Amino acid sequence: MEINKLKIEQIISNSEADTYNAGKEFAERLDYGSLAIFTGELGAGKTQFIKGIGEYFNIAEDITSPSFAIINQYSGSLDGDSIPILHIDLYRLTKKSELATIGFNELIYDEDSIKLIEWPEIAEQYLSEAMFKIEIQTHPAEVSTRKIIITEIKN
Amino acid sequence: MKILAIESSCDETSAAVVSGGNALSNIISSQHFHSKFGGVVPELASRAHLKAISYLIDESLDKAGLTMNDINALAVTSQPGLIGSLIVGSNFAKGLSLKYNLPIVPVNHIEGHIFSGNLQDSQLEFPYITLVVSGGHTAIFLVESYSEYTAMGLTKDDAAGEAFDKIAKLLGMPYPGGPHIDKNAKNGNPKAYNFPRSMMNSKDFNFSFSGIKTAIRYFIAKNFPDGIPDEVIPDLAASAQAAIVDVLVAKTVEAAAKTNVNHIVIAGGVSANSSLRSEMAAKASIEYINVIAPELQYCMDNAAMIGFIAEKKLEENDIKDYSDLTFRVNPNALRAKRK
Repeated sequence: MEINKLKIEQIISNSEADTYNAGKEFAERLDYGSLAIFTGELGAGKTQFIKGIGEYFNIAEDITSPSFAIINQYSGSLDGDSIPILHIDLYRLTKKSELATIGFNELIYDEDSIKLIEWPEIAEQYLSEAMFKIEIQTHPAEVSTRKIIITEIKN
Repeated sequence: MKILAIESSCDETSAAVVSGGNALSNIISSQHFHSKFGGVVPELASRAHLKAISYLIDESLDKAGLTMNDINALAVTSQPGLIGSLIVGSNFAKGLSLKYNLPIVPVNHIEGHIFSGNLQDSQLEFPYITLVVSGGHTAIFLVESYSEYTAMGLTKDDAAGEAFDKIAKLLGMPYPGGPHIDKNAKNGNPKAYNFPRSMMNSKDFNFSFSGIKTAIRYFIAKNFPDGIPDEVIPDLAASAQAAIVDVLVAKTVEAAAKTNVNHIVIAGGVSANSSLRSEMAAKASIEYINVIAPELQYCMDNAAMIGFIAEKKLEENDIKDYSDLTFRVNPNALRAKRK
């Protein structure tokens, strides 16, 4: 049995701008087919981190919350080539069967795009392939402080 | 001209018959099934547009007293929305088009909302401002004709309806939370707590509703670490609602004043919010601006608004423009260019 190699790092963020910049810096590790999942409470800054990723890939529009539409698609660029970026949010899903309704299985195996998934808990069983897990922890007292834990799984 | 319209961009399935600018019928799944089967809340799994669509179309024709043979054209929402949901509606419409040899008008869902004021009030004259405010969209449009409108402002992050839903969740209310906030707020003091009015002074017409949920989350953690006492829920709901409504109203009225229009239309699901309606009317009247808030069946997601704008397009363009069945659905929403 092969053991997955894990690379774990922690970043302390003291502001929305820090979280945004952490996302921008992290983005260079993403490539065609990358799958990243994001966990953290409401308002932790998951979308803020992803906005930073968007800047790295030169997305020309504002990255807005996908909670309602569930999937927002953006056209990014990587080394002069275009790369689709799927911003997915499973917040509104209440049953696993709903994943089929949104075509989730087809999406996560797509090798031609980058997939960024917020509120992935309901799809846990399908996400063991995720290359990156980004957990944003809030601080009980310090309103602006976040601990961002990035785990990279090398299969 | 009689148009059969289909809307299935997100949670609701709807079918309507529109003729001469009037909705002869407008059947919406949640309202319909609610009354028929007693309280079915729409959710993704049971959404099943596919199951509902044929039945809703039959109902919409029945209610209009027509059959498919009376229909002259079809209209369907082709963007933006959930891709699977959009495909159900558009493929169903394409099937009907082939069977009955009818032209088909693909409609942008947001256009439906933008012109819903004209569906409500046939006397409404251009130009005017429409605030489209729903679970997925928050935008101010300057509307100059049925083919000319400009987005003056958009949300930078969360839609207003999403903020209502997520705050409701923090306050322990069920989904969708908007109506629960509205109801609780009626018994609360909107000035009890001061939550941030994001981008109130941004000097543009864009919105940001992401920060308010974070602010309220920390406020609750700090002040009510052992749980929120029932008696403060109305004040929290009223204060949160006021923070959202204040920004929506201020920017919309400012947009109307700046463009010198005499009317504001508020559309989309959140326009059902009672405080938004009353505050908008009050602040707009100071500037001698009239507010049109379509009735609930035309402000929530519905097919009548899709059929209405489709009829205008058919009147203004060559009917042959609508014989193409190869159009594709597009899930992407309108977003502001990043600065």
